[in-house]
Amino acid sequence: MAKTVSFISRRFGKYDPWSLSEYEAHGGFQGLRRALTMDGYEIAKILSANGIQGRGGAAYDMGRKWTQAKDVKAPDKCVVCNADEGEPGTFKDREMLRRDPFQVLEGMIIAGWSVDAKNGYLYLREEYSHLQPLLRNAIRQCEEAGYLGENILGSGLNYRIHLYSGAGAYVCGEGSALAESIEGKSGRPRMKPPYIKQCGVFHLPTCVNNVESLSLVPNVLMDDEGFYKRQGTPECPGTKMISVSGNVERPGVFEIPFGTTIREIIELAGGVTAGHRVQLVQLGGASGCLASQAELDTPYTYKDMKNAGLTAIGSGAVLVVDERTSVIGFLRMTQEFFCHESCGQCTPCREGNRHIALLLDKLAAGTHTQKDIDTMLKFAHIMCNASLCGLGESAQSALLSAVEHFPEVFEVKKEVAIR
Amino acid sequence: MKPFDPTPDELTAGDMAAIDRIIAEHDNDPTQLIGILLAVQAAQERKYISRPAAVYVAQKLNLKITQLYDVISFYTALHDKPRAKYPLEVCSSAPCRVNDSKQLLETLKEILGIELGEVTYDGRFTIERVPCFGACDVAPAVRVNGVVYGNLTTPERVLAMLRELD
Repeated sequence: MAKTVSFISRRFGKYDPWSLSEYEAHGGFQGLRRALTMDGYEIAKILSANGIQGRGGAAYDMGRKWTQAKDVKAPDKCVVCNADEGEPGTFKDREMLRRDPFQVLEGMIIAGWSVDAKNGYLYLREEYSHLQPLLRNAIRQCEEAGYLGENILGSGLNYRIHLYSGAGAYVCGEGSALAESIEGKSGRPRMKPPYIKQCGVFHLPTCVNNVESLSLVPNVLMDDEGFYKRQGTPECPGTKMISVSGNVERPGVFEIPFGTTIREIIELAGGVTAGHRVQLVQLGGASGCLASQAELDTPYTYKDMKNAGLTAIGSGAVLVVDERTSVIGFLRMTQEFFCHESCGQCTPCREGNRHIALLLDKLAAGTHTQKDIDTMLKFAHIMCNASLCGLGESAQSALLSAVEHFPEVFEVKKEVAIR
Repeated sequence: MKPFDPTPDELTAGDMAAIDRIIAEHDNDPTQLIGILLAVQAAQERKYISRPAAVYVAQKLNLKITQLYDVISFYTALHDKPRAKYPLEVCSSAPCRVNDSKQLLETLKEILGIELGEVTYDGRFTIERVPCFGACDVAPAVRVNGVVYGNLTTPERVLAMLRELD
């Protein structure tokens, strides 16, 4: 039986998230105090040494990101906490913000210190607007206690955190679209380069991190016994917050060590709904791959997943689907999502998504020919290569992995083939 | 649509004062436009941004009306047409769908006697389909004015939710 661990989630339910003093009583802001005695490069080095990869989905080496952000020479920079958790099936950030809001803020302040930023922007998706009062209260209490504002804890750091709301656009999880949105515009991704690390929010160098990545920082800095590094596998140490949903008995958020198998994760969530069996598992949200029964024993690490043809741990979503939903039926749901969420700016994503949706309708009706399958895959590859942003590039992960793991559903029916 | 009218003459003094207050709460900062528009929308009885309100916000923030409508039409959560006092947003993403959100949608249609996008005669309810709002652990779910109602697996629970709203 799989085990959960408590590293990022160790304070969940242990203190009142409306009270800064209780957070401090539970070891809060010790990480910041220690960070203020180090310089940004040292902090980045600790993150790299712990093998932390960005938790938003791109899995970029976090220490490297912070080093690059520190390297940029500019009079002003900013930090963005990406709480635009839009991947369907992901709600771990919601739990982290709801149950330990101060931890996220502490991570943001350390980020500000490390990369020499003056402002931090917490970009919260509109769907989580019920968390706004909690977060505003947390920011206000930090300001009153001197953790935010001028000369924080006598270190000379001047740093403020601003809460910004999204308005229900999935594409705003993409860094440059997020920057546009914070500037009060519609969230269409920008042409790159320049990258947001050089020119992001208000044309300032911007360091964007996920809620979970930032929550990890104070914990890792205070981890003198090396607890974090002992978790997981030697190649992929540490823990990951995952959201398990779909046809399981006890859906929810769990903190697991890397290396837990997908089967164990399903068991953790109480197993598949009674009387049913696993048809497929989607990993990492709508832009994630589909795993079949055969991949259920794959350990949940970046490398093992990749070797099994499942490119992404992504956002940490694990959506379990039983046999009541067909593979094609599921792909159509995913496709509907991307048709709705494509911002319409670049042709491959705007047109590709619509045409693939039409071809999937044919597949569902069983009237497809081999040419349709070829066309669909051609469009999918064009989208991967030619889209302007990550949304279009990753939109067809589910389809492409389904072709690999469920070849039987793409077979052409004989009577159609003759015609 | 009516031709562009630069004077928001259909707003009452009370409406304007409410918008002024919202803008002041957002530090008169035009970069906080999205937050401002969401608040303006939430304050309206029918949960939308009327044309006079949009014009007034644009004037107050010294923004072009085109930028306002670019933003309103881009974001799913912003609406330029009247909705209802309680817009019932049914999740249409996979985690809710595999937990039979279709049944939930049908139950809502039947109880309220309206189709998707229609409004009940008294302007109280409308049914909308929205992408995932992160309540997958309580799927199938409905979101009404920011509040999530989950585990709506039976008609009784759906009815109880509607009663609770009113």
